[in-house]
This record gives sequence, structure tokens and C-alpha cells, in this order.
Amino acid sequence: MPQTVLEQPATQSAAGSAHLTKVHGWGCYPSVEAYELLSEDLERITEGAMLTRGLGRSYGDASLPPPGGHVVAGSRLADRILSFDSATGVLRAEAGLSLVELNRLFRPKGWFTPVSPGTQYVTLGGMVAADVHGKNHHASGTFGRHVSRLRMRVADGRILEVSGEDEPELFRATLGGMGLTGHILEVELEMKAVPSQWIYGESEPVPNLDVLVEKLVEAGKSWPYTVGWADCLGRGATMGRGSVIKGRWAEASEAPARAPATKGKVDVPVLLPDWFLNRLNIRAFNELKYRAQWGVRKGFLHPQSFFYPLDAILNWNRFYGARGFTQYQCVLPPSGGASYRKLFEILLKNGGTPFLVVVKDFGAEGRGMLSFPRPGLTFAIDMPIVAGETQALVDTLNEFVAGEGGRVYLAKDAFTRPEHYRAMDPRVDAWNEVRRSWDPDARLRSSQSVRLFGDEP
Amino acid sequence: MKVVFLGATKGMGRALARLMAERGDRLFLLGRDAGELERSARDLEVLGAKGTVGFAECDLLRRETFAGALEDADAALDGFDTAVVTAGLFASQDELEGDADLRDRVLVADFVNTIHFCEEARQRLLARGGGTLCVFSSVAGERGRKPVVLYGAAKAGLSRYLEGLDHKYRAQGLKTIAVKPGFVKTGMTAGLPVPPFAGEPEPVAKTVLRAIDAGRPEVYAPGIWRWVMLAIRSLPRAVMRAIKF
Repeated sequence: MPQTVLEQPATQSAAGSAHLTKVHGWGCYPSVEAYELLSEDLERITEGAMLTRGLGRSYGDASLPPPGGHVVAGSRLADRILSFDSATGVLRAEAGLSLVELNRLFRPKGWFTPVSPGTQYVTLGGMVAADVHGKNHHASGTFGRHVSRLRMRVADGRILEVSGEDEPELFRATLGGMGLTGHILEVELEMKAVPSQWIYGESEPVPNLDVLVEKLVEAGKSWPYTVGWADCLGRGATMGRGSVIKGRWAEASEAPARAPATKGKVDVPVLLPDWFLNRLNIRAFNELKYRAQWGVRKGFLHPQSFFYPLDAILNWNRFYGARGFTQYQCVLPPSGGASYRKLFEILLKNGGTPFLVVVKDFGAEGRGMLSFPRPGLTFAIDMPIVAGETQALVDTLNEFVAGEGGRVYLAKDAFTRPEHYRAMDPRVDAWNEVRRSWDPDARLRSSQSVRLFGDEP
Repeated sequence: MKVVFLGATKGMGRALARLMAERGDRLFLLGRDAGELERSARDLEVLGAKGTVGFAECDLLRRETFAGALEDADAALDGFDTAVVTAGLFASQDELEGDADLRDRVLVADFVNTIHFCEEARQRLLARGGGTLCVFSSVAGERGRKPVVLYGAAKAGLSRYLEGLDHKYRAQGLKTIAVKPGFVKTGMTAGLPVPPFAGEPEPVAKTVLRAIDAGRPEVYAPGIWRWVMLAIRSLPRAVMRAIKF
């Protein structure tokens, strides 16, 4: 076992050893120094850890301990499936099991995750902590709706079974609680039975934001999976042009007989220079993408292409270079369309040319006390971080969103100010009360909880 | 295959056992901790292992547990045809130099007792006409190197034993497979600085399973380590004394 000479200070504890490393989320910003413990034995390494993180796919600082060399437990090696009932679809697994592995193992057997975010490089624990949503939110709610039980290590060290019956408050505070109410060790959920391994999908171009929203909401009445995307080239009457994409699982009788092949992946092996993605080529990409589609397109799709188009490029975050990037994702309550247009106007005025905007309508609010989705429309926009500008843009957007009664998604956030968060999400007090009843000294905390919830660094 | 597996709960062993389960092999697990074995057994059953995955306690530091554990495996599998050993102990050179008890445990587990375990398995396999014995050694045993003087010595001895075993018994139907992993990112190596050419457990497991199926006596994983070690074996002593690697 070759081993280079150890140059960094090591932490040595009963829980394991690790070296001080830079830890960051998917957006590569911010990063903090921390000791990340990795072991198959999640119970052991969470003892005394300040936070648990999975695959680090949240964009901002949610999966980072506060700066200062704290210990964070990494769950991704704790990935065993503990039980599966093929009659009911109930599955129990260790929290580090990845969605990519879950899908790979179960799709051929006729089961799929009940709710899927836009990437499958997430862990079950992370999906609970962020209470993720997907293209079926209008019909199936968040991931938390399908979670029946959790096994958790709470701040005082005890290990508990937590569910709607046992410790219901802790359960509700943990769905969407960003890992701050306890370390999630095991997750029990109900998988969804699917009739085939293929998705039948349709997409159609839409000339502007109003039509996009109208078609998206209309599609939700008959389709289980819907999403829209808009480019940011259109102005005036074409502002928010893009397409609406609809999908459902193909019936066995209509689906292609063959199983979908394993998709090849391209890797981005190194950070690309900061200028790689610039306004010119983003414009060109969007123009081509818009023009390439004319008329309605229909067909059978690989579930991977439908649910996770960007997963085909591993490490695509490196396109943005060392400066890093963030995603602004907010939800706005239902409106006649004026607030949606206003959001676009702010983006276009202050944000240059974002790559594209993903749009999705949400159904009812779920059980999670701090879960992001609420009825209305959500918008997600990737943006490179520009010193001085990004903070100001997020502030402007947040002030607008707060005024409209909307809120932002903690799993994406790195820039929101605490006063803005509080204005957008008054539920935080009730959630914090439950959290503090289990953890009065806020032993479990993150860079994000220090930034937003007033925890000690 | 009917596989008795020492070390399937963690790291590369977990990945290899899962591949076997997914293709429907029968498995019986050996290890130190009954709770861990039970959890891995359930995991492997869900993944597709044929029948019930049984387990028995077996500790590389307690030689007296070997015969009984293999007896249990034989009973459960109606005679195993493959034995896999991925278990072992690891500690850094500094830790091993500073702690005689730890040194004793690592040398005994990785060399003396692994060989005792293999002898026990070998006799059972030969008695029914052969089979496969697949044991994880390490590239650390390929050359005396500063960061792995002691661990490497144990693995060097183990590698030589496995090589000899294959020479002696292949004709009688016993295929011995020595696996030489390079640096692989597992719980065992977590916290160590990651060198170039580091691998992940799943691709390594695929390489090893192909070698088991093909009966190859020696396998480097990831494959690039065959050439890395070829280069390192050819370095002059003066260079080995000068570099840290």
C-alpha cells in the first residue's frame, strides 16, 4: 500500500483518522478546511462529528462544517441495503447508498425511486436532509413523502428510530432539516413500481414565459413528470422562450423490447479556465438549442437521459473553473404571471446571460418543517461566481422573492443573508425550536447554519 | 460459484462480494463482528445472491476460529468451491515502528494467520478435487519501500506463499490467485493522502472477478499498477534510498 509522507496534521480519535483537507460542495464555493472521516461504519464516525455529508452535491455550504478544522462524517461508504420487500416496495438501507446504485440495481427489477432530483449522484441521507423534489413534485410531492422511518444519531449521542409515530416532531424537522437535527444513519422508503424500463416523453417549444407556465401547469394535469426550461436570450415578447418537457413510464406493451443500455459518460478531468464558459458561447449554445427543436418531439427515452441529462458529463461543475458557481433556486407563489416575468427581468438586467433557467410547478407543501417546495413555481439558474456581483444579485433577487412570499432552496444556497432568509421563511423559528430541544447547544451545525441560523462558528 | 468469503463486510471485499451476489453466486461470510456480517448478508441477498447468505464468526487474530468457520461454510454451501480472503490489518510505518503490540498483530494477521487460514481452505478444496483460492496481498510486497517496510514485509511473504501454492497445486486442480491492489480508496485508506493512480473499489472488484473466472494466478488492480510496480522493481537501491516512495 504505497503511501506518501504525511505532511498535514492528522486528527486521531476513537472515531478514526483523517487529514485536514479542503471540503466544498458542487459549486466549488465556498470551501472550508475540515477533517472528513470516511468509513463503512457510519455509527462510529458520527460519534462526536459536527455534521454528516454524503456525496457533496449540494451546491453551496450546506454540507460543510463551519470553518476551523472541524470533523465531518462522510456517509458514502455506508451503502448497504438492509431489507427489501418485493411485495410492497419498502426498502431500508444505510444512508450513504447512492441513488445511482439504487437505480442501477432496482430499475431492471421494475422499481424506481419515488422522487428523483436532477442528478443521481446523491445519497439517501442527502435526499432526506434536503427533502429533494423532482419532475413529479406536482403529483408525488417531495422525497420525504415516501420515507417511512429513519435511524438517527442525535446530538447527545443516542441512536433512535424516528418516524411519523416515533418522535414525529424530530421526523418532520429532519425532512428538509439539512442534517442539522441529527446524523441520518439509515433510511426506509417506499420504492415505486414501474411498468417498464423506458420513459415515454414529449417536448414542445414555447415562445415565451407566459406560454411556458400555462403549458407546464396544463401538462401536470395528465403527466406524472413535467419540467420546463427557458433560455435567457429572448427579450420582450419572447422573454422566457424555451420548451416544456413531459414524461411518463412507458407501458410494457409499448416500450422497446430491449433494456436501456448502460450510458457512457464523459469526464471533465480538470478545472477549466474561468473564461471557458462566457457570455458569447452560452448565447451560442442557447440559440442552437432553441433552433434545433421545431415542433413537438415524442419518443421513448432512456430514464437516465430524461431524469439526469447532465450526469452524462462527470464533474461538469469544472466547466466553471476555479472561481466556482452557484445556483439560485427560488419558489414564487402562484400569480397571474407578473411575478415570474419580474424575476426574469431582474435576472436579465443584473445577471448577464445565465445558461438556462429550469422551471417547475410545485404541488402541495409536504411534511418537512423546513422543506423548500410550496405551491407555486420554482426557478433554478446556474451562475458563475463573480466577485462583488454575485452577492449583490442574490440580494436583489432575495428581496424580490421575499416580497412575493417566496423562498430559496437551502441545498443550492451559498449567498443568502440571514435577515433575508428569515423574511422568506418564518417557519425557521418553529423548526429551530424542535432542533434545539434535541440539541440545545447546537453541537450539530454547518457553515450554512452559522451563516443563516445564528449558530456559533 | 459457492464462495466462502473472509472480509466481505468492508472495502474491496464488499465490492467483490456484491458483484458475485449480483450474478447469483452463493455466498457464506466470515468475519469478526456478527452484527456486521448479518447486515452484509442481507445486502447480498437483496442484490441477488442465490439462497440464504449465511455467516460465521472468524477472526484473523484467532487461529482457533478458522477450522470451525470453514466447517460451517462447507455445511451451508454443501462444500464451497471458492475461498476469498480480503481481510487484513493495516497501519502506517510510524505506528508500526512505535508499537510492538500493533506490529505483532499486523504481522500475524497479514502473514502468519492468513497462511494458516489458506492452509485450512486448501486442504478442504484439494480433498474434493480443487477449486479457487483468491487472496488479497498488496503491491506493498513488491519492493522494500520506506513507507511500508513492515506491512510490505508481511505482504511480500504472503505473495511468495501464494505463488508457491499455485506452482505446487495447480496441476491438482487448485487455482491460487494473488491479488495485488495498488492504492484503492476505501475505509482502510481513508485519511491517507491519495497518490497518483489511486483506484475505486468497484472497478477493482470487476478486475478481480475476471481474474477469478479466468484462473489468473496474479492480478494487479487497478491494472496500471502492474507497470508502476515494474518500474519500481527496476529502480536501483541508491534511488530507493533517496526517494520517499
